[in-house]
Amino acid sequence: MFDALSDRLEGIFGRIRSRGRLSDADVDEALREIRTALLEADVDVGVARSLVAGIRARLVGQDLSKSLSPGQQVVKAVHEQLIEVLGGETLRLSYASSPPTVVLLAGLQGSGKTTTSAKLARWFRQQGRNPLLVGADLQRPAAVEQLRILGEQAGVPVFSEPSDPVAVAAGGLREAQRLGRDVLIVDTAGRLAVDEALMDEVRRVSQSVAPHYTFLVIDAMTGQDAVATARAFHDALALDGVILTKLDGDARGGAALSVKDVVGRPIAFASTGERLADFDLFHPDRMASRILGMGDVLTLIESAEREFDHDVAEQGATALLEGRFTLEDFLSQLQQVKKLGSLGGLLSLMPGVPKELKNNAAIDDGQVAQVEAIIRSMTPRERGEPGVIDGARRARIARGSGTTTQDVNQLLRQFKEAQQLMRSPGLLGGMLGGGGRAKMAQALAERMGDGGPPGTGGLESLMSGDPGLAPGGPGGMARTATGLGLAGAGAKGRPGKKKKGGRVTPKGEGGRGR
Amino acid sequence: MLALWIILAVVLATAVVGLVVAVPRRARARRASDTGGAGATTIEKPTAAPAPAVATPDLVSPPVEAPVEKAAPELRERMGKTRGLISGYVRSLRSRSSVDEEAWEDLEEALLRADVGVVTTTALLADLRGRLRAGELRGADEVVAALREDLRRSLDTDKGTALALDPERTSVWLFVGVNGVGKTTTIGKVARRETTAGRSVLLAAGDTFRAAAVEQLEQWAQRTGVEIVRGAEGGDPSAVVFDAVQRASARGNDLVLADTAGRLHTKVNLVEELKKIRRVADRPPGLVTEVLLVLDATTGQNGLTQARQFLDAVGVTGVVLTKLDGSAKGGIVIAIQRELGLPVKLVGLGEGPDDLVTFDPDEFVDALFD
Repeated sequence: MFDALSDRLEGIFGRIRSRGRLSDADVDEALREIRTALLEADVDVGVARSLVAGIRARLVGQDLSKSLSPGQQVVKAVHEQLIEVLGGETLRLSYASSPPTVVLLAGLQGSGKTTTSAKLARWFRQQGRNPLLVGADLQRPAAVEQLRILGEQAGVPVFSEPSDPVAVAAGGLREAQRLGRDVLIVDTAGRLAVDEALMDEVRRVSQSVAPHYTFLVIDAMTGQDAVATARAFHDALALDGVILTKLDGDARGGAALSVKDVVGRPIAFASTGERLADFDLFHPDRMASRILGMGDVLTLIESAEREFDHDVAEQGATALLEGRFTLEDFLSQLQQVKKLGSLGGLLSLMPGVPKELKNNAAIDDGQVAQVEAIIRSMTPRERGEPGVIDGARRARIARGSGTTTQDVNQLLRQFKEAQQLMRSPGLLGGMLGGGGRAKMAQALAERMGDGGPPGTGGLESLMSGDPGLAPGGPGGMARTATGLGLAGAGAKGRPGKKKKGGRVTPKGEGGRGR
Repeated sequence: MLALWIILAVVLATAVVGLVVAVPRRARARRASDTGGAGATTIEKPTAAPAPAVATPDLVSPPVEAPVEKAAPELRERMGKTRGLISGYVRSLRSRSSVDEEAWEDLEEALLRADVGVVTTTALLADLRGRLRAGELRGADEVVAALREDLRRSLDTDKGTALALDPERTSVWLFVGVNGVGKTTTIGKVARRETTAGRSVLLAAGDTFRAAAVEQLEQWAQRTGVEIVRGAEGGDPSAVVFDAVQRASARGNDLVLADTAGRLHTKVNLVEELKKIRRVADRPPGLVTEVLLVLDATTGQNGLTQARQFLDAVGVTGVVLTKLDGSAKGGIVIAIQRELGLPVKLVGLGEGPDDLVTFDPDEFVDALFD
């Protein structure tokens, strides 16, 4: 979508450039495209309107017609505007001087309150706290049962009793005091904002425990209704923040912008999966990228961090660094990468990958399985030294994997090409080109701040885009691919622009490396 | 050619992960060992006893609770709670003498706010503009009337709202959708509706993933007085559905309502699991006669993506639009109908066993406008 938006904008500005000057109508046309992109991401109509006004203000005075890439420049302005709206004040949790610190969760049915309660409890435990969960959802059948099971998984006790929600919440508070638990998390029943009786009930639940923090739990897939819901809950409960759930899908989550705008309180947490660990603080910059459909490389890294076997990952990286990445290494890394989902999906998260490839969602899992079968039909020696594979071995491998010798040949040839690419330093730099490189550099700076690990200098400088090593720029990969006869897939090679200046430091992020 | 991309993707992931994950991990591991254990003291064990894991699906005969006689809710009346959304715009439109640019913008905003979506809204309005220009329509009233008619027509298909049953084999209705849309609740309500219509129903507790999902469906089975087949928690949902079909066939049930775990349409493995459930349920003596996509009315533009993916994967036959008693309008079903031809068949209007009605395009559109 980001690609689509920036393409559409490039189209508009391309026409303008040929005329030489930017009229108001041109700007209007660009802003309409931006508005469409926001609406398609489910940003509220009114919020989209005020965002577009903000972007217009940002664009005023910028001489876009002279820019080499006005579309990109406008997208950057949009991105910055979104971060500004989503970010601002962050939630700083402080704990009550007389425990427990009470946290109340409320929201519509099915937004994920019960699961989020358990995730939050786990999060507090990780912060060194001792939470108690209270199951005050007596409405939905088996909701308390669900909370008990999840509480057990999180290692957090659950209090509930079959009375009424107000009594349960008050009882939970007494129980927490009795047991010396220092955080109390109250899960409430899902309710519609228009249901006055239930809204009144949740108000009474809230009064009975006087929460220090009240969070609205809202689904990232929510459409225009997000505003009405957020307003109603805010009016009833005076929200302190928002928890955004189901971010592991492909919804753009424009509701985040709407809710932030209405409630004026930070989005505190984001829930990104079905497991209790899939829960973290909210990152405005990532959400802004997501709403615009930009690759989210940090999320990719984080899920890799959770899913990968770290020893295997380390071995792979070492092999890669030392230029001896074999089919055996490839196979073991492939097993890791598969844990992240489909390879097509993975590619779409990577910035700098040619969009023809992304759009075709080119890699289907059947082909991955075929590649895997071929390698698994090789002996360990063959995997280490593909040079020994002669005609007879080839035929055996093809039979073993249920493929043809042509398939085997093709894989071997392409792996060899890939090996050559791995040795050419431009590749990785090129793949991580553009925004990804800046993000990567930032990620590396953040993560490697304390005592840079030995032996990674080579790749680190590749990723941070050291001009001496990375001749490619954003077009690097596409060019290399074209050079290999992959014009169909890699196609659109922009002339590689050599990056000026030394190490890339993301703008405005300079001071973040510890 | 593809193999190369696979290789490159893996290599890149290896490089990134190796650097960012594996190497600094040593440093973190050191830090973690300093702080590890803090906050890990539990004062009290959770009191929940884990649900008994039953290895073989187990037939539970619930005590039948007499259905409470209650009139089915009116869609229009229930949606009426929040009327005034499109109607507000329409009133202001009608008060104007001519259909000017501002009027079009108002109509656009009204449709967008109902979650109809940019593409569909633009298409609908472009058509109306053309007809106005051609003199086919005159004035605001006629434009509004034409819009209503267009919406009604796009929702009213020849496929209709009937839910199919097979006269020979055991019919299976499969309920699918993302997490939290109301699949289990909907099944409870459909069970009530079908038993009231005189059919014998068996529930298959195919959501073996979410904690306490089976218990939730069991409570619905009790409420509606139907039998339920359940399996082990975390077990294979296909096995549960298979068993339910066998059981239903042996006992002469008309219909199996199969619950499935909520899954995001982006999760490849889970979608594969769903395909398997469908394949298993389709084997004689069973036949899948309906695959109902349960869709929450609050869902925005992602609803279209969901519908497309589930349609591709398991051949969805219709949509159940839930939570329409809230302030959300559920306009995404218009886009789904137009783009994918999927009819809305049922509408959920609350949490009670009788809060389910057959979708009526006229009422739906009237509720948007009046």
